[in-house]
Amino acid sequence: MIFKKDIGLLVLILVVGAVVAIINPRFLLAANISNTANQIGLFGIIAIAQAFVILVGGIELSVGAVVALLGVLFIDLIVNVEIHWAVATLIVIGAGMLMGLVHGTLVAKVGLQPFVVTLCALLIYRGMARYYTEDATVGFGFGASFPTLEWLTAGRSELFAPIARLFGYTEPTIAVPHTLIALVVITLIAGVVLHRSVLGRYLFAIGKNEEAARYSGIATGRITIAAYVICCALTAFNAILLAMYTRSISPAVHGNFYELYAIAAAVLGGFSLRGGEGSVIGVVLGTILLQILQNLVNLLGIPSSLNFAVMGSVILIGVLADRQFARYRQRSRTQVRHAEGAPQGAGESA
Amino acid sequence: MTVPLLELIDIRKTYPGVMALDGVSLSAGRGEVIGLVGENGAGKSTLMKVLGGVVAPDSGTIRTDGADRAALTVRDALAAGIAFVHQELNLFDNLDVAANVFIGREVLAGGFMKLVDNDALHRRVRPLLTRLGCDFDADTMVDTLSLAQQQLVEIAKALSLNARLVIMDEPTSSLTIAETERLLRVIAGLKSDGVSVIFISHRLSEVERCADRVVVLRDGRVAGALERAEISHAAMIRLMIGRELKGNYIAPARPPGGEALEITDARTAAYPRQTVTLRVRQGEILGLAGLVGSGRTELARAVFGIDPLLAGNVRVAGQPVAGDSPRAAIDCGLYLVPEDRKRSGLLLDVPIAENISLPNLRACARRLIVDVAAERSNAERHKRSLGIRAPAVTTAAGVLSGGNQQKVVLAKWLAMSPRAIVLDEPTRGVDVGSKNDIYVLLRSLADAGVAILMISSDMEEVIGVCDRIAVMHEGRISGHLERPEFSEHNVLRLAVGASMEPAVTARAP
Repeated sequence: MIFKKDIGLLVLILVVGAVVAIINPRFLLAANISNTANQIGLFGIIAIAQAFVILVGGIELSVGAVVALLGVLFIDLIVNVEIHWAVATLIVIGAGMLMGLVHGTLVAKVGLQPFVVTLCALLIYRGMARYYTEDATVGFGFGASFPTLEWLTAGRSELFAPIARLFGYTEPTIAVPHTLIALVVITLIAGVVLHRSVLGRYLFAIGKNEEAARYSGIATGRITIAAYVICCALTAFNAILLAMYTRSISPAVHGNFYELYAIAAAVLGGFSLRGGEGSVIGVVLGTILLQILQNLVNLLGIPSSLNFAVMGSVILIGVLADRQFARYRQRSRTQVRHAEGAPQGAGESA
Repeated sequence: MTVPLLELIDIRKTYPGVMALDGVSLSAGRGEVIGLVGENGAGKSTLMKVLGGVVAPDSGTIRTDGADRAALTVRDALAAGIAFVHQELNLFDNLDVAANVFIGREVLAGGFMKLVDNDALHRRVRPLLTRLGCDFDADTMVDTLSLAQQQLVEIAKALSLNARLVIMDEPTSSLTIAETERLLRVIAGLKSDGVSVIFISHRLSEVERCADRVVVLRDGRVAGALERAEISHAAMIRLMIGRELKGNYIAPARPPGGEALEITDARTAAYPRQTVTLRVRQGEILGLAGLVGSGRTELARAVFGIDPLLAGNVRVAGQPVAGDSPRAAIDCGLYLVPEDRKRSGLLLDVPIAENISLPNLRACARRLIVDVAAERSNAERHKRSLGIRAPAVTTAAGVLSGGNQQKVVLAKWLAMSPRAIVLDEPTRGVDVGSKNDIYVLLRSLADAGVAILMISSDMEEVIGVCDRIAVMHEGRISGHLERPEFSEHNVLRLAVGASMEPAVTARAP
């Protein structure tokens, strides 16, 4: 489940983290770590969602718009319609699955290109979100309060406090955001699904060679649809977390570019946009690196307008470096094969 | 006779394990139409690649215009006026006819922007189209043309290159009768203009009609040449066969049982007007012979549910295969070993063990989680029993030799319980040793009660391995042969569409 690529990425994260920490020690403040962890939790979940679709050679561009539309829907359901938040959660995730079902069906059964399908979905959902709210910002009115829901989604717990107390440390410890806990749980489940389960095998097989998968009796259409359903369901879940984190949503900008963050994290984490390659750990590490970079821009006093430029450059360098490493590995592998394989091959043709 | 346009002298070319061309000599004079015939694998395509400059021969001389050369480059071939009209057309269907004819040699209107002078292109292409009697204009988009019309575009392209020798590889294989007639007229026109044509075809009657001379290849050698007066179906077939066939037939352990695989009135998209009915009995190996393009692969794909079956039905052990998906076929115990194992049979950069378990992953899984240990031990078992030569079952399948890759594909299915297996060219690109392993394996499967339908273009294999042969010709079954009737002559006659002579005495293979 952990691959060589992931270790390289981990090392890179540690190096970048160390450099930032040396230049600006505020990086290591409990509050900063806690905030960064919260961002990692939020963006990690949509990155894992995206990974399912990229794995089968697809792409999901509507992530940001789904986050906006379902976020608006969720707040409206609990604040104005006054449905219990647990029911609203189920409705929102169900709506997400339905969206995934439509995207997947258009891709796998109708044969449209994933880019086109999800681009149209992006535009449609964004427009729907703005129309639904008449382009106004939606939020929790004065006095509206959902303590349990707020604690679950946007709360933070000092998970490490009991251990710290054992050592006689009485100061406040790092508050672990619940979004990060959600990410950890989802990472574990997604890891087992992708790397250990029958479904995961099928997803990889379709991404590697859809025709061979079909010849092996795999229902490639249904599995591809499943990938989109899982992606949109996770995105829907994330839409709730994000809505509770921001507490107010302006439907025109909420979630903008989120699909690109997710794709970037997956690419950094070793996913190939051709499909069939990547690991869940990689995606999470990719998200962590992206968030540390964001943090770096703030802490090092780089103008925040350069935020995207820094991110783009690092991804480009990362992908180039990875390509170089892959070539190097390939070369050493073929050398080994030539050394070992020659006598065996000769024996066969004789 | 004047100096020939092109002469090939004693051309040899070996590929690992195969002598593709073994001292072939061939000459073409001005305005001569040469028919080149031979079975699948006789060396025709290698010879054409040598002429086109795609493949360099190991030895021999190529003489063009009196100059000797050891090999041609693509540029040399073009300069010598050799042009190809390939079986698969190489046209850009998003461009118009004129743009295709002059692709890479566009007439420019000058200026630094290198604008294309479309009017000039059209002006220059029109006379060529008129010469060929085309019923379309130079500004027609290629994707609106029929296959036969596209072929004429290819020929126009050849003429625009001042070709003196046009090589046509199976030009009529997908043409209607009327289109074929027109092509034959075009060939006659080229001939009267002094352009030579090498016409490669499985359709002997067309060769008979248009060729001045027929050269027959067999096993990489020129088996003989026929002058105009001597050209006949029978003479060509006589030269095409006559290979020594090694007898590696293993007799079945017991007589065949009930019908295990029944294909009834099957219609495929390749030949929508023909139907195929085939019966394979338990414990029997039925060979499906035929020339390339006779519709065998399309039949196999439709039977297995990859492509829709337009009509007809498939039964396995008496039960109809419900639904047209590979899963439905697999659930009935009907498996397909596909023709192109790299594209359809294997995940090349995935370990052997994961390839083997793929069609039946649930069996290697507990509560939907893959049991890697069970998967490995299962793969180990098949690696031993099939003799797959690989360092480990965790080796990527793509690293293996052709024969071992094919064994992995077979292992995918043997891990389940087959009732009927369709194999499409199971030993193509497989070395001799692994070939034999595969034949032994097929027989032992048959003896275990499995019905085996083997599509093969390898005459030696069809005659040497099968218990019965069905021959396909242009989408239909042109005949069945029982073992006493097995001969290369009989298979080939049926494959080219001639009827069986009733009183052919069997020449034991």
